[in-house]
Amino acid sequence: MAISLDMALGIHQHALQARVQRAEVLANNLANADTPGYKARDVDFRAMMAQAQGQISGMQMTRTDDQHMDTSAAPGAPELLYRNPHQPSIDGNTVDSQMEQSLFMRNAMDFQASFQFLNSKFAGLTKAIKGE
Amino acid sequence: MSLGNIFDIAGSGMTAQSLRLNTTASNIANAETASSSIDSTYRARKPVFATIQQSLLNPGQAGAGFASEGAGAGVRVEGIVESDAELQMRYEPSHPAANEDGYVFYPNVNVVEEMADMMSSSRSFQMNVDVMNTAKSMMQRILTLGQQ
Repeated sequence: MAISLDMALGIHQHALQARVQRAEVLANNLANADTPGYKARDVDFRAMMAQAQGQISGMQMTRTDDQHMDTSAAPGAPELLYRNPHQPSIDGNTVDSQMEQSLFMRNAMDFQASFQFLNSKFAGLTKAIKGE
Repeated sequence: MSLGNIFDIAGSGMTAQSLRLNTTASNIANAETASSSIDSTYRARKPVFATIQQSLLNPGQAGAGFASEGAGAGVRVEGIVESDAELQMRYEPSHPAANEDGYVFYPNVNVVEEMADMMSSSRSFQMNVDVMNTAKSMMQRILTLGQQ
């Protein structure tokens, strides 16, 4: 049985990457909290995870001919969505800074959780290698 | 990992907010600057914010690995506009800057509005600092990955 490092780490590396991407989007919302006409954005975390799950479970199609379409790159990019505003302001800005900040903090906490999982995977692998 | 982008984004937010604070300070400082003609009177200044689009910064790649045009890359100050609200014309014949009819012109600065603006921009600045701090601690965690 071959051990693949990707398989050993599981979903957590993708989760960590998704958390970082989401942090960037939320940071951008917060920076534009006073920009007229700016629409708050967010990512669909469930879709990102489902996609990562598809990638690691090996359900991708292989290209056996040059004329086959490359399906590996196209769904690789998650879609950025717009947030439904609770209370849009007159200048067209839909950023609710309190909500965005709480989402950002929560995302940072979830990032730590994912990080903890990933770190313990590494700790387990190290333990196995050392044979202690 | 694109955690480095968060520093740029929060930094741009802080720059924009401090510029806004700067215009507020200028407006409040000049709230009582009298002048003898309409043209030379100080007018309240306001910054105009706009989003920086990632696709404009590096056209080759769509922003941050997203399918659509991508997240913005922070905020920038597009320009500073002067308020076109009416100036205050006061009858003060003894004022050294009074014109021949005895009137002086005072700026159209609304001090109450400026104070509210000041609070709003300092809160927004604080928020960007928080974002940067969080990004920093996330990055520090990443650096310890795999350590015992």
